[in-house]
Amino acid sequence: MHEQSKANSHQLIFEHSRDGRVNGAHHLDGQADISAIPEALLRRTPPGLPQVSEMDGVRHYTRLSQKNFSIDTHFYPLGSCTMKHNPRACNTLSMLPNFLARHPLAPARFGQGFLGCMWELQEILKDVTGMQAVSLTPMAGAQGEFAGVAMIRAYHDARDDHERREILVPDAAHGTNPATATMCGYTVREIPTDANGDVDVDALKAAVGPHTAGIMLTNPSTLGVFDRRIKEIAEIVHQAGGLLYYDGANLNAILGKVKPGDMGFDVIHMNLHKTFSTPHGGGGPGAGPVGVSERLRPFMPIPVVGRDDNGAYRWLTEQDLPQSIGRLSAHMGNAGVLLRAYVYALLLGREGMERVADYATLNGNYLMARLAQAGFDMALPSRRATHEFILTLKRQAAEQGVTAMDFAKRLLDYGYHAPTTYFPLIVPECLLIEPTETESKESLDGFVEAMCAIQQEADDNIETLKGAPYTLPSRRLDDVKAARELDLKYQPPKDAAGQ
Amino acid sequence: MPFIPHNDADTRAMLDAIGADTIEDLFDEVPAELRADALQHVPAGRSEMAVTRLMHGRAAQDTQPLNFIGAGAYEHHIPAAVWELTTRGEFYTAYTPYQAEASQGTLQLLYEFQTMMAELTAMDVANASLYDGASALAEAVLMAVRANRKSKSKRFLMPANVHPVYRQVVETIVKHQGITLELLDYDARGGHLDPASLPGEPGDICALVIPQPNFFGVLEDVDALTDWAHGHGMLVIAVVNPTALALLTPPGEWGRDDKTRGADIVCGEGQPLGAPLSSGGPYFGFMCCKQKHVRQMPGRIIGATVDQDGKPGYVLTLQAREQHIRRSKATSNICTNQGLLTTAATLYMTLMGPDGLRQTAAHSHANTRQLCERLCAIDGVEKIFDRPGFHEAVLRLPRPAAEVLTALEDRGVLGGFDLSGHYPELGNAILVCATETKTAEDLDLFASALKDVLA
Repeated sequence: MHEQSKANSHQLIFEHSRDGRVNGAHHLDGQADISAIPEALLRRTPPGLPQVSEMDGVRHYTRLSQKNFSIDTHFYPLGSCTMKHNPRACNTLSMLPNFLARHPLAPARFGQGFLGCMWELQEILKDVTGMQAVSLTPMAGAQGEFAGVAMIRAYHDARDDHERREILVPDAAHGTNPATATMCGYTVREIPTDANGDVDVDALKAAVGPHTAGIMLTNPSTLGVFDRRIKEIAEIVHQAGGLLYYDGANLNAILGKVKPGDMGFDVIHMNLHKTFSTPHGGGGPGAGPVGVSERLRPFMPIPVVGRDDNGAYRWLTEQDLPQSIGRLSAHMGNAGVLLRAYVYALLLGREGMERVADYATLNGNYLMARLAQAGFDMALPSRRATHEFILTLKRQAAEQGVTAMDFAKRLLDYGYHAPTTYFPLIVPECLLIEPTETESKESLDGFVEAMCAIQQEADDNIETLKGAPYTLPSRRLDDVKAARELDLKYQPPKDAAGQ
Repeated sequence: MPFIPHNDADTRAMLDAIGADTIEDLFDEVPAELRADALQHVPAGRSEMAVTRLMHGRAAQDTQPLNFIGAGAYEHHIPAAVWELTTRGEFYTAYTPYQAEASQGTLQLLYEFQTMMAELTAMDVANASLYDGASALAEAVLMAVRANRKSKSKRFLMPANVHPVYRQVVETIVKHQGITLELLDYDARGGHLDPASLPGEPGDICALVIPQPNFFGVLEDVDALTDWAHGHGMLVIAVVNPTALALLTPPGEWGRDDKTRGADIVCGEGQPLGAPLSSGGPYFGFMCCKQKHVRQMPGRIIGATVDQDGKPGYVLTLQAREQHIRRSKATSNICTNQGLLTTAATLYMTLMGPDGLRQTAAHSHANTRQLCERLCAIDGVEKIFDRPGFHEAVLRLPRPAAEVLTALEDRGVLGGFDLSGHYPELGNAILVCATETKTAEDLDLFASALKDVLA
């Protein structure tokens, strides 16, 4: 590539900026009279936002987009993230002009179409999870977790049961679980996972008591296996007076086949940006609706969609749910995301949902079998995979000095986004691999070939992996420097030539 | 099978490789008694054509009258290129940039976003967004507890003219952290927080929250309030409207005391920067802070670095604050940011530029002012607060707000937000907003409709 183009390809939008460049299409006619605003409150210097033409802005961000891996362009087997195809109809139909234009505070009579979609989504999610009621408001999985644990707290507080200060969390749990428990004023006690990947039931029995508020679990677990003693675990915690919280991150493995409500959970959160294929968008927005059992229903976060006898929809608020834990957002959550999930649910229908679990599990097991046959080690070789499984490179790390990170970076050169690395923390040098149901057999076969090729490269010369990636917009990036020498925003050079 | 590519031959070959007979066999570790019955309330699947028709029908039910409601969600023109580019597959279907080399598009965009928000607010650093303005304020309160080393109390001064639902959200989120939110009354004439009415000896307070503009649209005396707070050892949390910052003194410059100038933490709702109203979401919250507090700031933060060839690149940084590393000791449980919305906001700010944003702010201010002049010319309608505002105003009506608003709706106008629920002391009051999207004809329509209703 020509040197100048190479330099340009790293330029920031501010470096394209030139004083006085104005985007004429957005120029508003007439002078607006701002004389009523006191001089002392007016900004003295304009903010350093870019001054570029629409052409330059569009070109810059289009080129930037081309530097990304995405589901649309690459196989993206990130375990626990469910990177399935994002159907475009979900986007188009959620962005119909009347849906986009609706002010959140406009009266319900002008939003019966939208509210009808929300009502039906609540009903669908209740059915799929086996819970008694659903609130759509939490704006992401972590907020759903917060709502869930806050409801558990509200339940115990309402019964004057103030001794319950502890939340149990498996040692393999996602970091948001203990972080959430702390936010709700609890202390966290970790329960070990046994060698088969199930929660250690004996350790659990020893840990529960009158101080137990509840337990946060995922099933299938973060180790990619179904915890077979889940009913027993539920029994133990309930007997001790605690409640069960279900982290729905892995719902894709059991959609339509097993319902968390049937497993004994009192509250669950769902990740619609995983299971219901709403777009990941480079890191959000998600949606984390919660489903509750009858005893937690009074505490649900508001607002919730209700329906009158005459079929009119409205928001249920403080008056309708006086014991609610309250509001989590200024309005009703990520409406646009919820619409996308609704469209997805309509396209799939009940048969489609059951097939999701079937083919996610088929793809997970197939990939695991092929990789095992190719000589890779699985963390739990005697267990069925669910929609995901863990491959461990512990042996290669010990024998060859090559790590999960090295494999991950080299996979990028082969055109595959790396699986989740180093999570769950209890498995050393692990890759958590989740293909999802929307990948074809050839896609999975290609991944296996790439893994084999990389292992061969490691056998021949590990430096090949250590130096990866080679073909991406950047080589391996220096994380340590980024944290030590904080550079979190662009600052123009002092002489500001051309700015 | 929507979105599932497998044909029978694929399935057969895959099962053979696994050594199973049927897909059912793959669920043999799930206890039989846990297997669910068929779904009852999920309808049968439909073709895309049928779903398209259904959704068009739903949307058609939702035609909205001419909108003059603000109250935290603002109707602004969004340049066409914003969502065209934001919905490019490479942005739309990308994930959190955990593999930085494969995510330089998203990472560089977020670095540019952080830069723009820092510029707009005149603060040292910005994060890569939080969920929305209300939850961002809650996170700011939690952050202030960590950041104010000198304060031992967890008491906060919260003006009553901060968005009432934001205050509710803060209460919900900080509930179990031993934090007290003490309500500060607003001035009955000005609608603002009168610096002269602040206590001389407030005691040990962690932080003062200062809105600009406040929920009534009124402009606060931010310099006096900032100096007062800093003079008493409090941090300042600014809650600001980003469009307004194109016109008004940014929070990084609040205060006249050189040594303590600037809000410590800035947060607010980013929706006006390129997010459509969309029934309230998805929006995004922004947060900025002084350099010395950066390690207490929640959410994702992008940093610049170099790769092994010395070329510039961008990564997630200071990850030790976050849940996936600190777990129960994390600064917050937050995992996602509002990626798509920050993409849209970055594009919006780029395509509008400082001039476009300033014009949007100025025209919104002027339109609201003209709207108020027309409406207050009607008998019985008066503006309640006498201080200048940004782009909203509170009007008192001669009849209950609810019935007037309903009658206006029947005449094609969404006249504003009824304040009597949150602020009964204001009587028959509504909060009106006319952004740059409103024409003179729109303002005339509202005025003649209101005249009609009140006649």
